[in-house]
Amino acid sequence: MHISEGVLSAPILAGGAVLAAAGTAIGLRRLDYDRLVTVAILSAAFFVGSLVHVPVGLSNAHLVLNGLIGAALGWASFPAILVGLTLQAVLFQYGGITALGVNTFNMAAPAVACCYLFRPLLAGTGKARAVGAFCCGAGGVLLAALLTAASLALTDEGFIRSAQVLVLAHVPVMLAEGLLTIPLVAYLSKADPEFFSARLAG
Amino acid sequence: MLDEPFARGTSFLHRADPRAKLAALAVFSLAVAVAPDLRSPALALLLGAGLAAWAGLLGRNLARRLVVVNAFIVFLWLLVPFTTPGEAVWSLGPVVATVQGLRLCAAMTLKANAITLAFLALAATSDAATLGQALERLGLPAKLAFLLLFTYRFIHVLAAEQSRLATAARLRGFRPRTNAHTYRTLASLLAMVLVGAVRRAEMARRAMVLRAFDGRLATLRVFTLRRADAVFLGAMLAATCMLGALEIAHVLAHVSG
Repeated sequence: MHISEGVLSAPILAGGAVLAAAGTAIGLRRLDYDRLVTVAILSAAFFVGSLVHVPVGLSNAHLVLNGLIGAALGWASFPAILVGLTLQAVLFQYGGITALGVNTFNMAAPAVACCYLFRPLLAGTGKARAVGAFCCGAGGVLLAALLTAASLALTDEGFIRSAQVLVLAHVPVMLAEGLLTIPLVAYLSKADPEFFSARLAG
Repeated sequence: MLDEPFARGTSFLHRADPRAKLAALAVFSLAVAVAPDLRSPALALLLGAGLAAWAGLLGRNLARRLVVVNAFIVFLWLLVPFTTPGEAVWSLGPVVATVQGLRLCAAMTLKANAITLAFLALAATSDAATLGQALERLGLPAKLAFLLLFTYRFIHVLAAEQSRLATAARLRGFRPRTNAHTYRTLASLLAMVLVGAVRRAEMARRAMVLRAFDGRLATLRVFTLRRADAVFLGAMLAATCMLGALEIAHVLAHVSG
């Protein structure tokens, strides 16, 4: 899901950086100082959550959690994910500076989309909430995989097949994340009924 | 896992002004990322490796990081040489490798490793808190710098919480498998971390309001740009300009030729 440094072409890197900067600016403008601490600590929680290994058949996958981040934080997902990826780069050296914009946009744009599409369902109960939770988990990963694939495919014709393989390889991850998000949302709604309200997302 | 092994050290790069290091890293990474041919990424890789050696980073930790970065590159090597249209150099039945595909892969490999080595030598030699403060001095919006520093501070707290819960689950005989029970267990574990985080956030927020928090993170740290830092920054900028000149010469030769 995470594109390495040095792979993408200059126009894609620049486009990603501009879009990520715009999203982050909107997110920061909507984020008042009263919610800053809460968003920072939730970003830390999501960062830790994304390190959890989930068994998927013979292999295992990391959670991406961008759908859930979107449902909880709304537009603040952009700064939250930018910060998360920056810390990932510093702590684990997965990434660097030039691909940060593209990778942020590829993860945060689906998060914001999930907020608008599925958060109303999460506020409900029973089946509607379960469907919303699955769509939120799986949809976040699906959209992120599609955007990542598009960044590759637009860079060079030669990447198109790899981009297709990348999306297919993420299908099990999507299903796992969708299935795991159902009990996760159920538990969260029970323990903290306001978790998916406007209190956090602004 | 969350310790920062590269941030410990006494080399010049560990002691240099982080603002100078970040500025040098930014221009260097950009120049390498947009390089149109192989020559300047190859030189950049040498420079990156030289920087990493200078910072005393060569060793098992470094190798492990490079393996992770190159995993994605290896995935691309498996397909891209054969799916890029162009002149064939090698074929096995229907599988044809092209010059353009191989060149693309070689360029990616050189660039990814050059940028990663430079990142390790110039950014990872400072801890995340120092980098956050340096970024703020370099003009990062105050709110974003605050988010970066505060998220970093709480990652350690929440990772400890998460591992406490995971240990408790293991002690009760929990072994992750691909089944509904595992997913339910991992989901409740994660939910507990999230709910705990919200509660903790509310307490931290109130405590900070009581202490007159106004959105700025006051810090006692002062960065000073010493002469050695300025010389280093100048040398890095000059080296980057040379890489850029090579790239421009290549493009011009291509256009006129």
